[in-house]
Amino acid sequence: MRVNFTVNGRQQEADDVWEGESLLYVLRERMGLPGSKNACEQGECGSCTVRLDGVPVCSCLVAAGQVEGREVVTVEGLADYARHREDAHPGGGCASGACGTALDAAKRWQAKPADGQSGEAAELSPVQQAFIDAGAVQCGFCTPGLLIAADELLESHPSPSDQDIREALSGNLCRCTGYEKILDAVRLAAARQEETV
Amino acid sequence: MDFLRPASWEEALAAKAEHPTAVPIAGGTDVMVEINFDHRRPEYLLDLNRIGELTEWQVEQDHVRLGASVPYSAIMEHLRAELPGLALASHTVASPQIRNRGGVGGNLGTASPAGDAHPALLAAGAEVEAESVRGTRMIPIDDFYTGVKRNALAPDELIRAVRITKADGPQQYSKVGTRNAMVIAVCAFGLALHPETRTVRTGIGSAAPTPVRAKAAEDFLNAALDEGGFWESGRIITPSVAKQFAELASGACNPIDDVRGTAKYRRHAVGIMARRTLGWTWEQYRGAGRTLEGAA
Repeated sequence: MRVNFTVNGRQQEADDVWEGESLLYVLRERMGLPGSKNACEQGECGSCTVRLDGVPVCSCLVAAGQVEGREVVTVEGLADYARHREDAHPGGGCASGACGTALDAAKRWQAKPADGQSGEAAELSPVQQAFIDAGAVQCGFCTPGLLIAADELLESHPSPSDQDIREALSGNLCRCTGYEKILDAVRLAAARQEETV
Repeated sequence: MDFLRPASWEEALAAKAEHPTAVPIAGGTDVMVEINFDHRRPEYLLDLNRIGELTEWQVEQDHVRLGASVPYSAIMEHLRAELPGLALASHTVASPQIRNRGGVGGNLGTASPAGDAHPALLAAGAEVEAESVRGTRMIPIDDFYTGVKRNALAPDELIRAVRITKADGPQQYSKVGTRNAMVIAVCAFGLALHPETRTVRTGIGSAAPTPVRAKAAEDFLNAALDEGGFWESGRIITPSVAKQFAELASGACNPIDDVRGTAKYRRHAVGIMARRTLGWTWEQYRGAGRTLEGAA
């Protein structure tokens, strides 16, 4: 079957989708967006977390056919999504197809942190930059899911308590870090967000 | 496999009548796991996500009519006052991502003895609104669970909503697991005080082939509270009464040994949870002002 939906703010179309296929498979294998990770395939690990109509969900548990006409944001579009939220829609996300990240750009997306020496502009969302600055990334496999979850938390709770952070990230497993640096990163992103307001 | 995408409830009923083997999918948190792991290859998937009314609820005089697909996160956020037991139970479901997708209709459809909503529904009192092209019937929650992962739905029926009695007193929910998030219950217990009828109702999860009420424990406690005039006096429940209630709740279990726990442990833990949830709710009833935030 064919599925039409919005990925990172741009209309996309996936063909020859098997009826039992997950959104995660469509994103990774049909659209060339491997940022959302495939690990447990049962909603336990959160590595495949994306925003579906703004809501964080495990993309492995969404049937591809269920996203027809709906909006998905993946980690590849997170920087644009966050920047756009900042510039055009302060206090909320973008819902129209006019903004967003082209599929080609999303496929080529790489983490480019702010470089103090060269002065190059960051192509990261504040939450991504905070993860790097706090040393919250080790093997990196859980990172995309954590970024989506953390970004949504900071969108809905600008000044989260430690309890809020733990709860928001409770569906994302990390087997490397012991979580402390990840909590630091979210606190850092929240503090920076507060400074700019 | 065919993917059926009804745009309205009527279309969904027609599709289910035409294809009784069609598997309804809403949040997908059970169905997609089975498909991902090749445990199930349904001939038809019946997507209910396009039917907006399934994610709505109405607060009526004596009950809440909860659409089958209202996500757990919405129950936690909006129905804490009307359905405190179910709101607490919802908070113990998996993780935010899962709570954003899963709902009570799916929990009932799957009818796993470990489903988190069941003890809360049993304790509060509820009816399942099952519908087919033949009509609507209300299935009392006590008659809904018929076996391990089996329920009273006919092949052509879909769950449209659940009508849950609004709380008329304190309710509590307790769940045993190895951590706070992402656990299937080792066992769980829901308890609701119903001061208007001067009754206590219970629900046990994951400690019998189906979710069950601890009826003998309820009968004993109702009689003891009545005889002792506890509802009027608001006195602390005599420890021997609470102890007997806990033992009877334990006795209502018919658990198995499995990877999550032994039958013996489950019986023991259900007794403990019965005593504790009774204590918490009774303190709330007495208005002792003790804070119970996150007590479950």
